[in-house]
Amino acid sequence: MNKCVERLYNGIIKENPTFVLILGMCPTLAVTTSLINGAGMGLTTMVVLALSNTLISLLRKFIPDGVRMPAFIVIVASLVTIVQFILQAYLPSLNDALGIYIPLIVVNCIILGRAESYASKNPVLPSLFDGIGMGLGFTVGLSFLGAFREILGSGSIAGFQFIPEDYCIRIFGLAPGAFFVLAALIAVQNKIRLAHGKKVKAVEECTGHCATCGKTCEERKEED
Amino acid sequence: MNEMLNVSSNPHVRDKGTTSGIMRDVLIALLPATVVGVCVFGIRALVLILVTVASAVATEAIYEKLMHKKITVGDLSAAVTGLLLALNLPVSLPVWMAVLGAVFAVLVVKQLFGGLGQNFMNPALAGRCFLLISFGTAMTKFTFDGVTTATPLAQLKAGGDVNVLKMFLGNTAGTIGETSALALLVGAIYLLAKKIISLRIPVAYIGTFAIFIILYALGTGRGFDLNFLAAHLCGGGLMLGAWYMATDYVTSPITPKGQIVFGICLGLLTGIFRTCGSSAEGVSYAIIFCNLLVPLIEKITLPKAFGREAKAK
Repeated sequence: MNKCVERLYNGIIKENPTFVLILGMCPTLAVTTSLINGAGMGLTTMVVLALSNTLISLLRKFIPDGVRMPAFIVIVASLVTIVQFILQAYLPSLNDALGIYIPLIVVNCIILGRAESYASKNPVLPSLFDGIGMGLGFTVGLSFLGAFREILGSGSIAGFQFIPEDYCIRIFGLAPGAFFVLAALIAVQNKIRLAHGKKVKAVEECTGHCATCGKTCEERKEED
Repeated sequence: MNEMLNVSSNPHVRDKGTTSGIMRDVLIALLPATVVGVCVFGIRALVLILVTVASAVATEAIYEKLMHKKITVGDLSAAVTGLLLALNLPVSLPVWMAVLGAVFAVLVVKQLFGGLGQNFMNPALAGRCFLLISFGTAMTKFTFDGVTTATPLAQLKAGGDVNVLKMFLGNTAGTIGETSALALLVGAIYLLAKKIISLRIPVAYIGTFAIFIILYALGTGRGFDLNFLAAHLCGGGLMLGAWYMATDYVTSPITPKGQIVFGICLGLLTGIFRTCGSSAEGVSYAIIFCNLLVPLIEKITLPKAFGREAKAK
């Protein structure tokens, strides 16, 4: 069971697909115009990811090595088709908002990546939790991105308008804004991550190899 | 210390020119356009210019302070960025939007990429395009004499007639600094005389653009229309862009041939944007787009070293 918790932690924090692995950028940049869209895309991907990891892990001894990729794709594609039918039936507005990006979950590199690197080599239960963890990590990433873009770009959060239209910075709702917000979020979480990690001890003396030294000469002078 | 023999690596012969000296000259050259802008649009233009320059400089200082870098405000490049951005804004723009544009230009486009010399596109124009995309209505609302009017270029695009003399002198609607072609040319002559800029980029740019417009006028049945050509040359940001922003050292090619290629690309793109695009103006987008082509242009126009033979094909 401990392994399952470790998988969840790994997916959400340590190897967060959006902020650390930088995987699945196509839906990340395209559909995160609002919190609902981001979270919806993340959760849809999570369902597919958890199910595909489970199925692939179950079938890992039957699938011949030479045709594993086509086999994975068939499994994922079937799951995505089912999920899309469900969305069309019960959440038509989300289905319309995500559009082409739902069928494109089939080729999302997080899903194939987890199938290839984890589910095809590990038992069923950890694979399921790996899928849920990675999916949650993706959902967290997309929700953050969607929330910031929605607040800045259209002055609302989850559809609730609280900043007047005139004060919205529209570029954040468009494609360039996705890159700005993603870069800023990665920078912030790197900052937090590095602060937690151990600090690299600087070289004590000046060796004259300025190219490999991380410091500026002013900093050196201050230390001396 | 002075009696010691210094062994240093090259270059041994240094020019006395400094970054701050060049930037000061650019500021001086922009002065006529600024003064005309303030005279035409009133005191609000002056406030907008001062606020934009101040926020550009402050952004640079605060960022470098926070990042424990050397404070490079003294080289005046942030002030130039702020002034160029302000000259590219309509006078009715809310002040906070101008501040936002200046912060974006200096922080995101310049400092995050490594400061002066590392920015991959012109910060002032990137700031303007950021504002143009974000606040389309406020950025294209031009007032003149307290009345909201279309810019001469927009009137021209709509098929109207314009007064070319007024456009040349700057007594018309537009952004703060772009209206007076005369004031911009005076500044450009100063820059040329001080050898801050060379003629290559502006002449290739304006020349290509002029040829494009002549061909366009002939092709669309206007015939050879000098008035139309002059209006296009004096109108919009062409003069400001060609003399002051396309010639930015950091974001233009360093090879002489490359500068001409760069100018031709600019002229073509500006012509296409103005005649075929949905907006009447296309100088900003043309320049930042060509900024992105600069590494490629430099690669194909690299001069061959003395004594080397051209590569056998």
